[in-house]
Amino acid sequence: MSSIPMIEQTAGKGAAQRGLGARRRGAPGGTMRRPGFLTYGFLGAVILGSVFPLWWSFLVGSHDSSVISQGVPLVPGGNFFANAATVLDSIPFWKALSNSIIVSTVTAASVVLFSTLAGFAFAKLRFRGSKALLVFVIATMAVPTQLGVVPLFIVMSKLGWTGSLWAVIVPGVVTAFGVFWMTQYLRDALPDELIEAVRIDGASMIQAFWYVGLPAARPAAAMLALFTFVATWTNFFWPFIVLDPSNPTLPVALQLLQAAHFVDYSIVLAGAVLSTIPLLLLFAVAGRQLVSGIMQGAVKG
Amino acid sequence: MAVTDRVQSPPPNTDQRGSRDKSVKRLAFSQKVSKWDVKLSPYLYISPFFLLFAITGLFPLLYTAWVSLHTWNLIGGQGKFTGLENYEFVLAQPFFWNAVGNTFSIFLLSSVPQVVLAIAIAAVLEANLRAKTFWRMGVLVPFVVAPVAVGLIFNNLFADQAGLFNELLTGIGLDPVRWHSDSLASHAAIATMVNFRWTGYNALIFLAAMQAIPRDVYEAATIDGAGRFRQFFSVTVPMLRPTIIFVVITATIGGLQIFDGARVFDQAGLGGADRQWQTLTMYIWELGWGQRNFGRASAVAWLLFLIIVIIAMANFLITRRIANQGGRR
Repeated sequence: MSSIPMIEQTAGKGAAQRGLGARRRGAPGGTMRRPGFLTYGFLGAVILGSVFPLWWSFLVGSHDSSVISQGVPLVPGGNFFANAATVLDSIPFWKALSNSIIVSTVTAASVVLFSTLAGFAFAKLRFRGSKALLVFVIATMAVPTQLGVVPLFIVMSKLGWTGSLWAVIVPGVVTAFGVFWMTQYLRDALPDELIEAVRIDGASMIQAFWYVGLPAARPAAAMLALFTFVATWTNFFWPFIVLDPSNPTLPVALQLLQAAHFVDYSIVLAGAVLSTIPLLLLFAVAGRQLVSGIMQGAVKG
Repeated sequence: MAVTDRVQSPPPNTDQRGSRDKSVKRLAFSQKVSKWDVKLSPYLYISPFFLLFAITGLFPLLYTAWVSLHTWNLIGGQGKFTGLENYEFVLAQPFFWNAVGNTFSIFLLSSVPQVVLAIAIAAVLEANLRAKTFWRMGVLVPFVVAPVAVGLIFNNLFADQAGLFNELLTGIGLDPVRWHSDSLASHAAIATMVNFRWTGYNALIFLAAMQAIPRDVYEAATIDGAGRFRQFFSVTVPMLRPTIIFVVITATIGGLQIFDGARVFDQAGLGGADRQWQTLTMYIWELGWGQRNFGRASAVAWLLFLIIVIIAMANFLITRRIANQGGRR
C-alpha cells in the first residue's frame, strides 16, 4: 500500500507539531516542520480524483454528441448552453430546483434545532434513563429505516401526501445522527460551570439552552446544517418513490433526464453539471466557514 | 458531569414591602416550577426525535412485517392473509439470491477500501499543511455531488464502448473491460461511485476525531520512544476506536441499501439485462413499484433488515476487537 509511508511521515509530524500547542499553530517562523512533497503529492492525487469526474462531466456536457462519439476532447467545447437549454426543455428543472431548495432548507433548520436541543439534554442535563435513551438513539442509527418504505408509502397515500413535498420533509425533521453529533460536541464544548452560572442567575432550562447551549453549539450546528442540507439535497430513493415526475427534486429530475435522453451523454451530463452547480456554489461559500468553524470549535476551552 | 441536581432555585423575591405570606407562597410556586422545569425539560427536549422515530421509522419497519404476511397490491391495497407465502415465493427466486450476492459484493468492494483510505487521508490532512482549508474542502467536493449525478458521470466513464476507463486500458495495451455486462466489473464500477462520494466525508470525520486526541498522549508516546509509525497504530488508531466503529457501521447500513448509483447505471434501472448489478433495494423497488406487489416487496425488505442487523452486529464486534488489540500492544 502506497499510503503507509504517508501516514508514517505525517502522523509523526502531526504529533510533533501538536506538542507546540494549539495557540502557536500557524504562527509564522515557528519551529514546526512542514510536511514534504510526498504528502502534497498524495493529497494532490486525492483532490484530482475528487474533482476530475466533475470536470469530465463538464467536458462531455459542453460538446455536441457527434463529437463525443469520436472520443472526448480535453478542452471544453462551446455547446454547453445549447445542451443546458435542451435539459431545461426536457425536465421541469426550475421546479425541481426550487423544490430541492425548499426541502433542504426546511429539513436542515429543523434538524439543527431539534438535534441541538436533544444534544443539550443528553450532554448536560441529568435525568433518569438518559444513558439508556442515548444508547437507544445511537442504536437507531443502525436501524435501516429506509426499509420501511412500503408502509411509509401506504401511510403517505392515506394522508394524501404522495407527490407533495411534505412526504419528503416530514420523515427527516430530526435525525439520530444529528442528536448523536450534537451530544458528542456539546459534552466537551460547553462547560458545566457556564450552565450552572446562568441557572444560579435564575435562567430557566430553555433560557439556559438558548443563551448558553445554542451559542456553544454553533460550530457543530453549522456543520450539521450543511451536512443535512447536502444529504437532503442529494437524497434519491424516497423522493424517487413518493414524488411525481411533474413535481420532482433535482436528483429525481436527473433520473427523468436520463430516461428521456438515454443515449445522449452530452445532454445527460450537462444536466448532471447543472444540478450540481447550486451545491458547489453553496460549498464555495459555506464550506470554508464550516471548516474554520470546526477548527475553532475543536480547540478546547 | 451534569449540573442540574446542583442547580438552585431563582433568587428569592426581594420585594420587601409585599406581605411575608405572599412572598413565601410565590417562592414556593417558583421553586415548584423550577423543579418541574429541571425534571421535565430534558424529556421534552429529546422527545421530537423519539416521536419522529416511532412514527416514520419504527412503525413502518414493524408494519413491513405485517404487510409481508398478506397479498397486498400497490393499487388494490390489503388482500387476504397468506402467512409466509410471500417469503416462500421470494426465497425461491433466483433474482433474490442474485441481489443478495450483488449487494454483498458491491458492499465489500466499497466499504473496506473506503475506511482504510479515509483514515490515511485524515492522517495526511492532520499534518501541518499549507492551505489546510483548501485541502480539507477539496476532499469533500464529491460529497456535494448527488449520487444520481455521480452515477450518471461514472456510467459514462465506465462506458463499454469509448468510455474513458476503457480507452485508458486499451491505450496501455490491455483489453477493455465489459463494465456493463460483466457482473464483477459492474460491481467494481458501482463501488467506485460509492468510494468516490464517501471517502472524503469519512476522512473529515476521522480527522475531527484525530484532533480530539489529547496531545499529551502523543508526548508520552514520544518520550517512550515510539516512532511515527508506531504512534499511528498504537495511539491514533486505538483512540479512534469509537469513530471507526461509527463509520464502519454507518458504511454497512448505507452500503447494504445501495440504490442510487446502481439504479442509473443503465437506462432501465433494473440492474442490467441479467440483473448483474441489481441490489436488494432495487429488487424491493422492482417488486413493489414495478410489479406493484407490496407483499413481496415487504418480505424482501424485512429479510434485508435482518441481514443488516446481523452484519452490523458482526461488524461492531469485529471492529471493537481489532481496535482493542491495537490498544493492548
